[in-house]
Amino acid sequence: MNARLALQALAAAPSFDALSVGDALPPLVLPPITRTTLALFAGASGDHNPIHIDTDIARKAGMPDVFAQGMLSAAYLGRLLTDWVPQHQLRQVNLRFVGITHLGHQLTCTGRVAEKIEQGGERLVRVEIATTTQYGDKKIVGDALLALDAQRGHQP
Amino acid sequence: MIHKQHIGRVLPTSQADVEKGRLRFFAKATGETDPIYTDEAAARAAGYASLPVPPTFLFGLEMEKPDPFGWMGDIGMDLARILHGEQSFTYHQPVCAGDTLTFESRIEDIYDKKNGALSFVVKAVKVTDQRGVHVADLRSSIAHRNT
Repeated sequence: MNARLALQALAAAPSFDALSVGDALPPLVLPPITRTTLALFAGASGDHNPIHIDTDIARKAGMPDVFAQGMLSAAYLGRLLTDWVPQHQLRQVNLRFVGITHLGHQLTCTGRVAEKIEQGGERLVRVEIATTTQYGDKKIVGDALLALDAQRGHQP
Repeated sequence: MIHKQHIGRVLPTSQADVEKGRLRFFAKATGETDPIYTDEAAARAAGYASLPVPPTFLFGLEMEKPDPFGWMGDIGMDLARILHGEQSFTYHQPVCAGDTLTFESRIEDIYDKKNGALSFVVKAVKVTDQRGVHVADLRSSIAHRNT
């Protein structure tokens, strides 16, 4: 890592004290969902439910076509969080699937600081997170608890 | 309707190895470009024993068993009628490539909504590693259309 990148990383690392309720995470903009996205995710994730990869099965179940695994969008939200803080600072992620993500949907993952709390002897930032399509429809809403003070390799 | 008698039912325990190749495939499938998820040297430099398991990967790993949806049929759920309603992850310790995980699952709750048109089945999964350390908890709420 060169000096400029190191400085950027340092500047980007969020701290509990410096954050305020309402602060936004850098958004993550994803490419449109394709059948290839779904096939690769089925294999990589281990969720082989055919409704996401086999149009015949999806139609039999009354769907117009295959549709995205909820856990694909969940993984994108995981990226939103780990792009922002080191993964060892994640304490909890809660997700509610409120709509189906279809082929052609282009998701943006967003997050904002909702609360600064103390729990289990740790100072935690609660961020509200969501995926939203290019049409403005939310598909997943949820939140995450982050322990921004936590040093590498130390967890309670 | 899914019968409430299944609340508390313990599902078969399963084990899965966390493999580097699978983690690299998962990174590719999710567009992850941070090298700590694909390059072991980068992961070690960041303080991990090997490639770390990304935040939601444990969900799929729990399905690494011969008949991952079998328990649903056993309690009267039809795979064509389910939708994933909610999913939570609680992290206690980092999990990395090379770990062998044990997944202990039980049905924590079953309840109806919309006058029985929908049933919700809540499954809780405790994850421990090869040292017996409790590394994570997963909680899934699955909606089932009854009509």
